[in-house]
Amino acid sequence: AENEQPWGTPCTQLLVFVATPGCNGFPSLDSKESYKLSVSEGSLLLSADAVWGALRGLETFSQLVGRDENGTYYINKTEIVDFPRFPHRGLLLDTSRHYLPLRAILETLDVMAYNKFNVFHWHIVDDPSFPYESWTFPELSKQGAFNAMTHVYTASDVQMVIEYARLRGIRVIAEFDTPGHTLSWGPGAPGLLTPCYLGKDPSGTYGPINPILNSTYQFVTSLFQEVSTVFPDFFLHLGGDEVDFTCWKSNPKIRAFMKEMGFGEDYKKLESFYIQRLLDIISSLGKGYIVWQEVFDNEVKVRPDTIIHVWKENSTPYMEEMANVTKAGYRALLSAPWYLNHISYGQDWMVAYKVEPLGFEGVPEQKDRVIGGEACMWGEYVDVTNLAPRLW
Amino acid sequence: RYYEYMFGQPRRRKRGRRTPGARAEPELSQLQVVIQSRDPGCHSYPHLASSEAYHLTVTEPVAILKADEVWGALRGLETFSQLVHEDDYGSFLVNESEIDDFPRFAHRGILLDTSRHYLPLKSILTNLDAMAFNKFNVLHWHIVDDQSFPYQSISFPDLSDKGAYSYNHIYTPADVRLVIEYARLRGIRVIPEFDTPGHTQSWGRGQKDLLTPCYSGEQPTGSFGPVNPILNTTYDFMTKFFKEISSVFPDAYIHLGGDEVNFDCWKSNPEVKKFMKKQGFGIDYAKLESYYIQKILDIVSSYNKGYIVWQEVFDNKAQLKPDTVVQVWIGNNYAHELSSVTGAGFTAILAAPWYLDYISYGQDWKKYYSVEPLNFPGSEKQKKLLIGGEACLWGEFVDATNLTPRLWPRASAVGERLWSSRNVTNLQDAYERLTNHRCRML
Repeated sequence: AENEQPWGTPCTQLLVFVATPGCNGFPSLDSKESYKLSVSEGSLLLSADAVWGALRGLETFSQLVGRDENGTYYINKTEIVDFPRFPHRGLLLDTSRHYLPLRAILETLDVMAYNKFNVFHWHIVDDPSFPYESWTFPELSKQGAFNAMTHVYTASDVQMVIEYARLRGIRVIAEFDTPGHTLSWGPGAPGLLTPCYLGKDPSGTYGPINPILNSTYQFVTSLFQEVSTVFPDFFLHLGGDEVDFTCWKSNPKIRAFMKEMGFGEDYKKLESFYIQRLLDIISSLGKGYIVWQEVFDNEVKVRPDTIIHVWKENSTPYMEEMANVTKAGYRALLSAPWYLNHISYGQDWMVAYKVEPLGFEGVPEQKDRVIGGEACMWGEYVDVTNLAPRLW
Repeated sequence: RYYEYMFGQPRRRKRGRRTPGARAEPELSQLQVVIQSRDPGCHSYPHLASSEAYHLTVTEPVAILKADEVWGALRGLETFSQLVHEDDYGSFLVNESEIDDFPRFAHRGILLDTSRHYLPLKSILTNLDAMAFNKFNVLHWHIVDDQSFPYQSISFPDLSDKGAYSYNHIYTPADVRLVIEYARLRGIRVIPEFDTPGHTQSWGRGQKDLLTPCYSGEQPTGSFGPVNPILNTTYDFMTKFFKEISSVFPDAYIHLGGDEVNFDCWKSNPEVKKFMKKQGFGIDYAKLESYYIQKILDIVSSYNKGYIVWQEVFDNKAQLKPDTVVQVWIGNNYAHELSSVTGAGFTAILAAPWYLDYISYGQDWKKYYSVEPLNFPGSEKQKKLLIGGEACLWGEFVDATNLTPRLWPRASAVGERLWSSRNVTNLQDAYERLTNHRCRML
């Protein structure tokens, strides 16, 4: 029995009040994440407009609870009114350069919740491997995964990720990056990729998706039909980065097409041709889209509600790019200074922390178009053995 | 433990899975290990001159691993375990082989820093396993430093009582014995480093008057500098302390540090200034540093231990016994330093190009692999004085949460450089073997 009780009446309950719960729905870009936390003698109250805010408040609450030398849990009297500055706070994981087992993804989602991240940008396939098990095109992963038995994400794996994320107020935005970064699609989808030529003969190697064939667009439509159903978020990330034109240029049928379309020697126009058709397909499926900055830089005609993802640090300084993108009326996401796979010695977190996403010249309407950013953990040198300590 | 490494948990393995009518393939049923020396060394500790050579013959039905001493057998066992591979059907195969192997350098070490961040025992032991997979044979345990003093001393319990991060961040005598024995069973020497006179802030918390009080003008500032070299009590303490260290750690060598001694505090202290005058050192504080170091070296010698010191001790011209080992760590122009050290007749260990705590993006293992330790101007005799090297993982940004992926498999590149012949330099070939080895280590 203690002579002195330094603490007030013990609180045993945190009351959570949510105005419009939506507990069975999915979080979205417009979700309200604001919350109020009120801690006073005998009363712990967390209130939010939506359940997503309650989740954020719960995380904050868990951070406020301390423990003294005697093992008593305590919390200081406090009044908190909190809401996020940016609605899109994302993390990119790359499961193509190295497969990441489900538990690594789920663990990452947990840590994202501790840090109030709300978007999991799943860069699920790329050149090195295609781990996504498609029911429309099972050959894609059968031929394209590192190992079709052990290094794939089944439909149930994907649903598990989506639900686990949802319960943490995290949106899952899948990226099926095209037309570049698609080498692993080739084996499972013969005829999809452009055959490269050495002079008059095919060299045996392949390049980006072949933009001149009708079969391409049929394939893309079917695949994205599936992807649109599997991933409930309104947005899909369509990639569009680093398209290498060399292979297209080498292919005589493509050159003929360029001539026919009057594109001259400007392969950016061919890239635009593909992307525009892709965007139309996605729109007709009722989805919105995010694309890497090249799509904007190469002057592809995109819908006004396109979100441009700024990732290049130097070709144009990224702040300038942010200004240009928002000036042109598009919403922007910032990743350029946050490529966390670029490790270096010392406290490099400080460099990331000091970034001011709105540090560019522009009118308030422009600044409003910056909806947030994403930390990227590209997988060239990352797998389950080193993901967690590298990212956090 | 090698049986498990090669075949997995013994329970998992089904026996006698031969399908009837299967082609009778040559089967290896036994690996015989023969240790030739009269005293194989199984109950002793490895040392610098231990023989690690082995001869491995793999033919049916019995493979033979021959070595002079048990340490060579350990190395050969590791090699044998790397030769065994599994086919798509779960059968274990090994190619007929004849291997005659021995290390290029006798000192192949890893430095772990348990002062900047405490490393739980498990972390250290896992690391010893990884070292054995890469034929490393020295654990350079940089056990205490400015930040914390986790070594629990029997003679001076206050050192860790007051100097460790907490009671949970301590290595008890039992912990230390465990590390030493776990290492021994893997043919790994444990060389502790008690770095003085600099890098000793944490010592001052538990040992009053050990460190030099710094002054601002006439007044002590309340902060402390390196070990106070002018007091007899300092040397009384060191005598008693190193007596304990000499008996706790069985290796023939102790690392005495001696790096990065900041003279500012000494310069500020009036007593120290008086002493400098008395000794005729003028204003050359390197002489005071040498004075201190020499006395420590004498103390340690009296316990029949050899010692290793960081290069500053040599650079600042302390009088070193001829059998001192100098560790070259400063990155600028280390080849030149190697020439100087070996030119003066001292044995050297190279660490400078292998500071693995300096992480960077991409395949930096290549630059560690490409180091050629003997690329320094010098005679044959001099080059023989370079006995090996160490990959260092300083602990400023390292603890149990990230140690293993940060150290490995990058350190494997250093391991190969120190064991294999000079002409094993092909990066593409190394890449293929390293990726395999990494998966094996996992």
